[in-house]
Amino acid sequence: MHPPAQSIRERFPDAVTGVKEAFGELTVSVRKDRIVEVCRALRDDPAWAFNFLSDVSSVDYPDAEERFEVNYHLYSIDKCHRVRLKARVSEDDCRIESVTSVWAGANFMEREVYDLMGIEFVNHPDLRRILLTDDFDGFPLRKDYPTEGRGWRNTFEFLPTTEGPVS
Amino acid sequence: MTDAPTPTTKRSSTDEFGVIQHVPDPNDGDAAVLRTEELLLNMGPQHPSTHGVLRVVLDLEGERILKATPHLGYLHRGTEKLAEGKTYQQIVTLTDRLDYVCAMTNNFAYVRAVEKLLGVKVPPRAEYVRTIVAELQRISGHLFWLGTQALDIGAMTVFFYTFREREILIELFEKLCGARLTYSYYTVGGVSDDLTPEIIAALRAFLKAFPDKIVEYNTLLETNRIWLARTKGVAVISAEDAVSYSLTGPTLRGSGVNYDVRKAEPYAAYADVEWEVPLGKNGDTYDRYYIRLEEIRQSARIVSQCLDKLPDGPVSIDVPGITFPAKDRVMVDMESLIHHFKMACEGIRPPKGEIYCATEAPKGELGFYINSDGGNHPYRLKIRSPSFVHLGAFDHMARGYLIADIVTIFGTYDVVMGECDR
Repeated sequence: MHPPAQSIRERFPDAVTGVKEAFGELTVSVRKDRIVEVCRALRDDPAWAFNFLSDVSSVDYPDAEERFEVNYHLYSIDKCHRVRLKARVSEDDCRIESVTSVWAGANFMEREVYDLMGIEFVNHPDLRRILLTDDFDGFPLRKDYPTEGRGWRNTFEFLPTTEGPVS
Repeated sequence: MTDAPTPTTKRSSTDEFGVIQHVPDPNDGDAAVLRTEELLLNMGPQHPSTHGVLRVVLDLEGERILKATPHLGYLHRGTEKLAEGKTYQQIVTLTDRLDYVCAMTNNFAYVRAVEKLLGVKVPPRAEYVRTIVAELQRISGHLFWLGTQALDIGAMTVFFYTFREREILIELFEKLCGARLTYSYYTVGGVSDDLTPEIIAALRAFLKAFPDKIVEYNTLLETNRIWLARTKGVAVISAEDAVSYSLTGPTLRGSGVNYDVRKAEPYAAYADVEWEVPLGKNGDTYDRYYIRLEEIRQSARIVSQCLDKLPDGPVSIDVPGITFPAKDRVMVDMESLIHHFKMACEGIRPPKGEIYCATEAPKGELGFYINSDGGNHPYRLKIRSPSFVHLGAFDHMARGYLIADIVTIFGTYDVVMGECDR
């Protein structure tokens, strides 16, 4: 179930760039500089009441003008409806405002997107890698990340062995 | 002639390495003599109560936790990236390895997502069999939690009791699909094997004996002073905070928020049977224990009703391009052999588009976001695993408790690192 698409478009005529309904789901594309404002309004307005952030994910479209896409899956526990918000982020300016001020749970989800896709979240309280090690090079979920060969592992230094033959 | 050194009134000086040396003054009392500072304590990744390989760095003041920082990723296997190179049926086996104590519900969540993308409806018998197996998995998962949580806190006996019943269920699953832990039982379009009369008889016998066993677990814990002291009022989270931190499953319902995907967006046969969602009041570990115990009862109730209503018919659709042909046909029929070959090589090609599909796993909302470009493997697959999201609230829930409580707080989410790190 999802709320009427028209109501969101009317509320934010200049922030919403596209609305799509497919597979019974509503997808709303939002300009990236307005994402926090739209999220907060969707959470606080009783007609929508999106109090629950299900997930934050990201998709890489290497050939698109704005390469990355950040998806926010919102849910309303009271109204039992869902919506997906989308914001496009370009490779040159690979950053978007964090929504941790709206939902505290966004903290880990955004860190994961940062870790694996390399999108920076501005005003995030603790933006560090989360699943990979701090010295990891590259962002594996990007489409240009090599899936063959030894890669990063090849740069490991071997532990020093003991001198001479081991008795 | 040199001046005599002037007596200093400062209580600290620097030594030859430039390190400040505090010289305690006995006249100042104990406060000046005893050195106090915050202690940084590393816990894990190899620790029996972390249920895998979770590492937490604790800032301590005495025995109080000031801050708890989880460090994840010790079990990261890149499942999402791996999935981008596999066909849709192959990914079912990857989902087994997420929450490896409840593999059935992972399979279920994934195949539901693919079916939503394909717009496929499975036969009624398959819906019922799926519901039965998913609820048995929930019972088994909650029994696992109960045993290990009690073991962590110091009550060892419960573990032996709950694992006795869990073993019966695992043997049933083994009879059903041949595996004990990594089942891959759910397939896109249905399930791989039907319930045999022998399994149904064994299941009925289990359901008959099971209510007494639940009473047995409860007698071990309900009035156990240690259990009460170590779970009541520990890892408390308010309803508003629980929603804000995106908690789901028993962890959320312990705070009294009524959100269960099975009720909110009914799927499979959940709308056809009678059952209730147990809710807590205080949002502490004891309430979550109560909820999980009650959920075991409700699951048994669902299974029992599903067995009574179990419709006849196939347990999987038979659509070329989505399901494999029956094995007996493949051996005698040329067309089926070609079909089998094409399915194994090319797999399913869903339409272009994206979906998010949430399923209630024993630990909470397990969601799959699939972005398809029309090819035979997902363009992007994102797993919203409850354990990962729950650990986001770990710092918030651990602050202010004693270091001994940290084991309870780990356990309160029923965290499994395979699912958390993916």
